Amino acid sequence: MQDLAMYILEILMNSIHANSKLIKLLISFITKDDEVKIIIEDNGKGMDEERLKTVVSPFSTSRTTRKIGLGVAFLKSLCESCEGDLVIESRVGVGTKTVATYRLSNIDTPPLGDIGEMMMFAIQANEAIDYEFDFIKDNYHFSFNTKEIREQLGGINLDNPDILLWIKDYINQEIRREDL
Amino acid sequence: MKSLADLIKLREEAQKKVDVRETNKDYRVVVGMATCGIAAGARPVLNKLVEEVSANDYSCTVTQTGCIGLCVYEPIVEVFDKDGGKTTYVHVNPEKAKEILESHIKEGKILEKYTIDAVK
Ligand SMILES: Nc1ncnc2c1ncn2[C@@H]1O[C@H](COP(=O)(O)OP(=O)(O)O)[C@@H](O)[C@H]1O
Ligand SMILES: [Mg+2]
Repeated sequence: MQDLAMYILEILMNSIHANSKLIKLLISFITKDDEVKIIIEDNGKGMDEERLKTVVSPFSTSRTTRKIGLGVAFLKSLCESCEGDLVIESRVGVGTKTVATYRLSNIDTPPLGDIGEMMMFAIQANEAIDYEFDFIKDNYHFSFNTKEIREQLGGINLDNPDILLWIKDYINQEIRREDL
Repeated sequence: MKSLADLIKLREEAQKKVDVRETNKDYRVVVGMATCGIAAGARPVLNKLVEEVSANDYSCTVTQTGCIGLCVYEPIVEVFDKDGGKTTYVHVNPEKAKEILESHIKEGKILEKYTIDAVK
């Protein structure tokens, strides 16, 4: 995979398909700790211990259309090749929390990619899900909360194409500020 | 500069559109966005579809689906009409996506040359 946005989208899609109502995403780059941290937390159907054990192996999926699941395994191998690790906690009926960390200065770290587009795709995949997205880069903190957006929009759905494009551009504008 | 204040305007525009035209869209445009679709280039295709539908106000919704089971033909765009008829477009790129909208959604004409039957 080319960029971090695509790795994260795979994890978000898992949360979406697990019938989550709310997905929290944190992406943080802290220079003084030399650390990238990504946390994806959902309130979806969760996984039992047996599935959780196998989910990081590339031959694990509960899908029937394809024999191998790759989303989690890809992110895990990224973390491991960049001196970090990936930890998943999950409880059936409660939700799943995935914490990925790796070293910011590692030569193999992927580019950030198009985070605005990633959020647009996630929201479009199921308009009913809410997101709390936080982006941290040292002292800079940007928060994006779909509940706040919905308040402004009255009854207009988030998957309206004009709204989707606005979301994409707004997020990219805020996380690509020149002073970062 | 985008700001949250833009949303008020977007909301008014969206409400106007709902008023002037029936809310029921004529077509459903569906993009395969599983790992296989994304790897084959579904991202720019989906982006283009959303942009074109927004700019031209086409009477369709744009949605995603998982693996369609035809991974070698990805990126795949399926167009469903109101009667449930389905057209499967394969190896779609952003330029083809624009053409598909112009022909199928705007003119109501299936763009045969990009369908799965044309390449099989
Ligand atoms: N957030 C989640 N909540 C519930 N189940 C999950 C979650 N993430 C992954 N899973 C389970 O783990 C399996 C493997 O996930 P993944 O490696 O992304 O492969 P795939 O999505 O292709 O099946 C999924 O099929 C699903 O059963
Ligand atoms: Mg997956």
